[in-house]
Amino acid sequence: MINLTINNKVLQVEEGTTIFEAAKQNNILIPHFCYMENVHQIGSCRICVVEVEGGKTLMASCVTPATEGMIVHTNSERVRQVRKVIFELMLSDHPKECLSCWRNQNCELQELGNLIQLHEFRYEGAKSKDIIDSSSPSIIRDSSKCILCRRCVTVCNEIQGVGLMNPHHRGFSTFIGPSEDELLGESVCTNCGQCVLVCPVGALKEKDSTATVWEALYDKTKTVVVQTAPAVRAALGEIFLYEPGTLVTGKMAAALHQLGFNYVFDTNFAADLTIMEEGSEFLERVRNAFTSTDKKAVLPMITSCSPGWIKFMEHRFPDQLAHLSSCKSPHMMLGALTKSYFAEKMNIDPAKLFVVSVMPCTAKKFEITRPEMFKDGLADVDAVITTRELGRMIKDAGIDFRNLPDGKFDSPLGLSTGAADIFGTTGGVMEAALRTVYELVTGREMPGKKLHIQPLTGLNRIKTAALKIENPLPEFAFLNGVTVKVAVTSGLRGAAELLDEIKSGTSPYHFIEIMGCPGGCISGGGQPRPVNDEIRTQRLEAIYREDEGKMVRKSHENEDIMLLYRDFLGVPLGHKSHELLHTVYTQRSKN
Amino acid sequence: MITTDEVCNVQTMTEEEKYNLLKTVILDYERKESNLIQILHMAQAIFGFLPVEVQHFIANQMELSVSKINSVLTFYSFFSTQPKGKYTVSICLGTACYVRGGKEVLNKLRSVLGIDVGATTDDKVFSLSIMRCIGACGLAPAMTINKKVYKQVNPNKIPLILGMLK
Repeated sequence: MINLTINNKVLQVEEGTTIFEAAKQNNILIPHFCYMENVHQIGSCRICVVEVEGGKTLMASCVTPATEGMIVHTNSERVRQVRKVIFELMLSDHPKECLSCWRNQNCELQELGNLIQLHEFRYEGAKSKDIIDSSSPSIIRDSSKCILCRRCVTVCNEIQGVGLMNPHHRGFSTFIGPSEDELLGESVCTNCGQCVLVCPVGALKEKDSTATVWEALYDKTKTVVVQTAPAVRAALGEIFLYEPGTLVTGKMAAALHQLGFNYVFDTNFAADLTIMEEGSEFLERVRNAFTSTDKKAVLPMITSCSPGWIKFMEHRFPDQLAHLSSCKSPHMMLGALTKSYFAEKMNIDPAKLFVVSVMPCTAKKFEITRPEMFKDGLADVDAVITTRELGRMIKDAGIDFRNLPDGKFDSPLGLSTGAADIFGTTGGVMEAALRTVYELVTGREMPGKKLHIQPLTGLNRIKTAALKIENPLPEFAFLNGVTVKVAVTSGLRGAAELLDEIKSGTSPYHFIEIMGCPGGCISGGGQPRPVNDEIRTQRLEAIYREDEGKMVRKSHENEDIMLLYRDFLGVPLGHKSHELLHTVYTQRSKN
Repeated sequence: MITTDEVCNVQTMTEEEKYNLLKTVILDYERKESNLIQILHMAQAIFGFLPVEVQHFIANQMELSVSKINSVLTFYSFFSTQPKGKYTVSICLGTACYVRGGKEVLNKLRSVLGIDVGATTDDKVFSLSIMRCIGACGLAPAMTINKKVYKQVNPNKIPLILGMLK
């Protein structure tokens, strides 16, 4: 232990603790800006400077370790003056258009202003940058607002391993982004939006689609259908000041009806459908691998629900695409079904249907533009809005969200099981798939407390499990005694590790779940800010609560799914399924 | 290991030979990210500058993003993404050279060549760059043209010096 004094308070902290952490542990708040616990601690913004007695200069407390006998002042005259000047210099190169900025009242620079209390701008001068890159369907980069905190650099390089966001040039000319001549929309950007999630200001933002959605809602010739992803209901409440981890499923459905959507469907329905298709695909691959000598069976099979992950795979491992499940992501399936099954059932011209997906994800905005996601010139999904954008629409419409009575999803694409709910968190798709696959193979319920596979839950980067098959049904006799090995990862760095194993032929797994964002969709690039591990855990627990609260918790027991197969699709992996629910992938360049 | 002297005969090489040489250089440096600056030095020696295509080549060979390569090379003024002229005129603006009139020499160079720092004349003869102290403070203000050092440069002598080269 180390003894130090902060603001005349004598403290004891563990060795290796920074001054900032020591202060925080003892309820002393040091104003800070770029700091993100355990993620980004490089002292780039200098706001957290403190005075250490005997030190020549002020020190950034987030990167300075506490040492024995250190005497620290966080609020001395010198510290407060310098902190103010640093903030003023930051603002001198930042446009002061707060009222028209997307981040108004949800901006960390404004929050800092509230702490530092500045009443005039002393420094006005040249602005260093003015690049606005709107080439990407998912993300807009407005460098004029960038304050060079480098959080996006850290997540893009260290957490995601994509390496696209970097500082270029130096000094006053520094800008953060892809290379000078590179546009986001034409780069290796996976559109995951983790950079958008950590940007403290309005420099990185989702490409707004609310205007398109409002236009469709006002168009009397259109039937407007909306669907909501599993993770949205576990986070939307935060925009309306609920505690993280509050489920707002009912209020969300009610708000969507009030906004004027004609039908409120649930992506969770298609998540159940995904399990039917993906589970069947997995069993077919396993059957080929174990019973046939031809080498067509490609294992491990990898999930394909996360479009950020898919684009990463296409760039980084273009020669391994056969490992991907051919299933479209759930909201694309639901879009395709809306414009076929539902249109047919309701006798609506598919061209008059407008499908909106509410997603925790920025990459879905890119996904709907992929040419494979169109049929006869019609898009499966017409617009994607993020959880944040839905929050803005609800506010804009003057809906009193907190006092809404609970609403319901509409039939026939609204019913879902607990297995679908857990798609929203890392490990969920794998667990949902195994609940169904295990039962199909053995005729018995999957073992595990409360139907969960404990090692696959939680926020660890790579999680693995093994499930031994004993006494299978006669049809699956070839699996008797086989131990099925699975792995789950979230965040693209873990994905690259698992793919490197596959590439080198050492991967022991049969089935892998990969989600592009750390923690899965609960902390996707389109979710409310802030996101840290504490909030991830709260949202994750909410997702499991939603699952455990359902009467039916296995996808193959969803009655409306059975109806869909009986009346329309036929069988999993059948002709219609292939036409509507499956897709192909594209080899892309590494840079 | 290949050295910068060995790449001196690049003038006569085809593009393909240049890329092959660069590939050997990258392998010599074991494709390590920590050797990136050395690799960029060699690449610039081979190609004369570091255009986007060369940045992509290095990125793919080293399994790094092109943005990372670009981030490093735009940080250092030594590296250029534009083709250099036959003569690179560099004026030192280190402290000694600066106070002894380096700035005036730079202004004269700008007006005589009609280009700004980092640019190359249209006829591809001259490029203009600045340096921060080359350890020739006793000769201040110092200027180099390619590898030759000019001492105590007087702005009025600039047209004469450049004229002799042309």
